[in-house]
Amino acid sequence: MHLTEDDLILHYYGELDTADAARAGDHLRECATCHGSFTTLQRVLAAVDSTSPVEVTESFERTVWARLQPELERGPRSRWLSWFVLSPARLAWVAAVAILVVSAFFAGRVTQKTVPTNEVQTADASKALRERILLTDLGEHLDRSELMLAELVGGDPADRANVIAQRARAEELVADNRLYRQTASANGNTALAAVLDDLEQVLVDVAASPDSVSAADWETVRQRIDNKGLLLKVRVLSLEVQKRQKAQIRSRAGQSS
Amino acid sequence: MPQTDAATVALARDGDSEAFRALVERHSRAVYRLAHRMTGSAADAEDVVQETFLKAYRQLSRFESRANFSTWLHRIAVNCSIDLIRSRPHRESGHDAEDLDHMGSENQVHGHASPERLMLSTEVQDRVTRAMASLSVMERAAFALRHFEGQSIDEISRALGLKTNATKHSIFRAVKKMRVALEPLVSAD
Repeated sequence: MHLTEDDLILHYYGELDTADAARAGDHLRECATCHGSFTTLQRVLAAVDSTSPVEVTESFERTVWARLQPELERGPRSRWLSWFVLSPARLAWVAAVAILVVSAFFAGRVTQKTVPTNEVQTADASKALRERILLTDLGEHLDRSELMLAELVGGDPADRANVIAQRARAEELVADNRLYRQTASANGNTALAAVLDDLEQVLVDVAASPDSVSAADWETVRQRIDNKGLLLKVRVLSLEVQKRQKAQIRSRAGQSS
Repeated sequence: MPQTDAATVALARDGDSEAFRALVERHSRAVYRLAHRMTGSAADAEDVVQETFLKAYRQLSRFESRANFSTWLHRIAVNCSIDLIRSRPHRESGHDAEDLDHMGSENQVHGHASPERLMLSTEVQDRVTRAMASLSVMERAAFALRHFEGQSIDEISRALGLKTNATKHSIFRAVKKMRVALEPLVSAD
């Protein structure tokens, strides 16, 4: 009697008990049909193995911990709040609204002036309000990041209080930055995503730093900021957001006059 | 000498954050790989890792010290992955048999027509990705844990909360789908 396909799979994974494995081995030596099926199974699963492994960066554990630690220190949230803050649905919501911000940011889109009906007018006003709030959030995030970078570049590693302060600031910024970065990336805004990615690497490194940092480590972070022109890029983004905010204000002023 | 998971969990349970950090460092790669296989996305896998360790931290008191921490963690990761997959706007695994049959017939043509090794490996990669996407979440979890992580069927059953037979059948179905997708390619010598 031939071996079933299920038997062959169990045999391949070494899941048959000793006696059954010996019987299967004997049968495969004698039966060309089952041997052929087993060879094909081996090739199929070897092909699965030949595919690219899941890539994990060298600093993966450090990054995970830097993102996790502030959440752990915040302690358990209430059930609904935990769902809202951490669930995929929340991320989708944040992504949706952040796409709005990023789209508005790059397209330079401001509120439409035409208001054909009251309903549309209300919807537009609500959307404009939301965009204003979100642009403010993004602007604030960039301002705080810029400040942190500036203090890192100009700071002294021997100043323990400054190290601890910058670390706390980085911990606060890293989760928001990640959402903006993921959204920009998903939205195809590679330029913005690249800046936010560079920024995130610095934030993660700083967030994961110990209370006392060696001068060499401090210098490495500084060089990374310098080499990528990160401070300047963040400043430019921040100014761009401010410009959009002013354009919105002018637009609103134009509508109300 | 590094501590065992059981000893490290005991310390973490008493509020030692460095002990929990050690657990994160020890297990986060494996959780990420599993989540990536489950969700098919790096960004989603990052979210699953974050959510898994947060849940683990908050449920440490429920972890039974005689159990295997890694198995327990994998169970949380699988549940987080399932939650994330189900929250996606369009349901997955809607293409099972028909798509795989289609992939099989494509292979009959392209498998012989693309003898270059590089093209073949790209094609294999593509077929595996599509076949993985065609698996149900349980099939995907069971197959990923068995095939990529090398866990035994008993361990997988505990991680997924399934009976042994149900785990076996999930693996059987997954392997058969892989076979439909890849057999014409690998037998085209």
